[in-house]
Amino acid sequence: MQIRFWGTRGSLPAPLTAADVRAKLVAALTEVQGRSLETPAAVEAFVAGLPFSIRGTFGGDSSCVELIDGENTNHVLCDMGSGARRYGVEMLRRHGPDNPQTYHVFMSHTHWDHIMGFPMFPPAYLPGNRIIIHGCHAEIAGAFHRQHGAPSFPVEFSQLQAAIEFVVLKPDTTTEIAGYQVTPLLQRHSGDSYGYRFEKNGKCVVYSTDSEHRTEQSEEAERFARFFNNADLVIFDAMYSLAEATSVKEDWGHSSNVIGVELCQMANAKRLCLFHHEPTYSDSQIEDVLHKTRRLEEITRAETPLEIITAYDGLTVTL
Amino acid sequence: MEIGVEDRGNVLVLKVSGRIDHLNASAFHEALTPHLSHCSADGTPIVLDLSGLDYISSAGLRIFMIVAKQANARGGRIAVAQMQPLVREIFEISHFHLVYEIFASTDDALAAISSTTTTTA
Repeated sequence: MQIRFWGTRGSLPAPLTAADVRAKLVAALTEVQGRSLETPAAVEAFVAGLPFSIRGTFGGDSSCVELIDGENTNHVLCDMGSGARRYGVEMLRRHGPDNPQTYHVFMSHTHWDHIMGFPMFPPAYLPGNRIIIHGCHAEIAGAFHRQHGAPSFPVEFSQLQAAIEFVVLKPDTTTEIAGYQVTPLLQRHSGDSYGYRFEKNGKCVVYSTDSEHRTEQSEEAERFARFFNNADLVIFDAMYSLAEATSVKEDWGHSSNVIGVELCQMANAKRLCLFHHEPTYSDSQIEDVLHKTRRLEEITRAETPLEIITAYDGLTVTL
Repeated sequence: MEIGVEDRGNVLVLKVSGRIDHLNASAFHEALTPHLSHCSADGTPIVLDLSGLDYISSAGLRIFMIVAKQANARGGRIAVAQMQPLVREIFEISHFHLVYEIFASTDDALAAISSTTTTTA
């Protein structure tokens, strides 16, 4: 199983500016001083050695994550944030306009940063494609319909050519969908959100974003530890610092890197992926959060190490 | 988790020891609450001596946030002192060093708070 991240930013897309790119160039060229970069191989090696925040970017698209399974002809996606546009373009490039595909989409919830990519999702415009949108909110179809048509968008939902279905799932109930055993879980977020546990062939990934945690309520902490139990990868909303999440941003429906580490340690999960990055954070700030989270894991480790990574647009993780 | 209480003149020193996690965070809050009622602008400042605190989880830090809010709402002053290196790192990674005044020793905290209290008076 592979997980590919098409959108990783929280709340709102956050593209780089020209000034951001220039700052990266200046930082990289500053690092060159005293080195010989006379061959393409030397340049490549030098760039590879730079911090990710200089040589790359964590990206600016909002939530969209793909699950890839070589045996599966169906496409599986979590959330339809702005990253869905690039994903849809890639699907069209790969499969062509005359080769109908089936897409299963699992929605954490229907806040705008999680649905805004759908109007720009090319497969929705092509007849023959089938798009099945799964979620636990009874009003999920209405949320998708509302963002099409005047005054929000020039194309009415009824004009979309793909066959689009909505399926309301039951939380805490495991269902086989597109070859995965899928279990949704209710999460604390304005209007509710749902995490999804996907299992197949002995591998497990949990997608848990837009979820605030009150770990002082031991029953709630244990409920999530069970949900994350032995997962190979937990994709976790780490938008704020713990201090922010418990003060000025309390009840904003998001969590922190610290709680991600604790819950994954309780659950004996193998890998934690920090996700839903705060849109005001620069690449260097996100990288700093990653380093501090790894340090926290190191100093609080009981026995088995928990690998910490952070999501960026374009990242592929193999389980 | 245990809390020892020491009255140091015009400052109350609460010595916290053991571990605070999701299993005992509520008990920690309940144990602190009676002392907070006097932590106000014209009341008794509090120093939390954390020299005996071995570990604190997010659940425990949440109680620290609640306590800071309660003290601030009354105009009271509360500081932490003498953290073990591991607890200090957890504080900093969680950005709680931006919430609390942190002192290397309880005496440093007492001196700082006492001098401010005297000046204010």
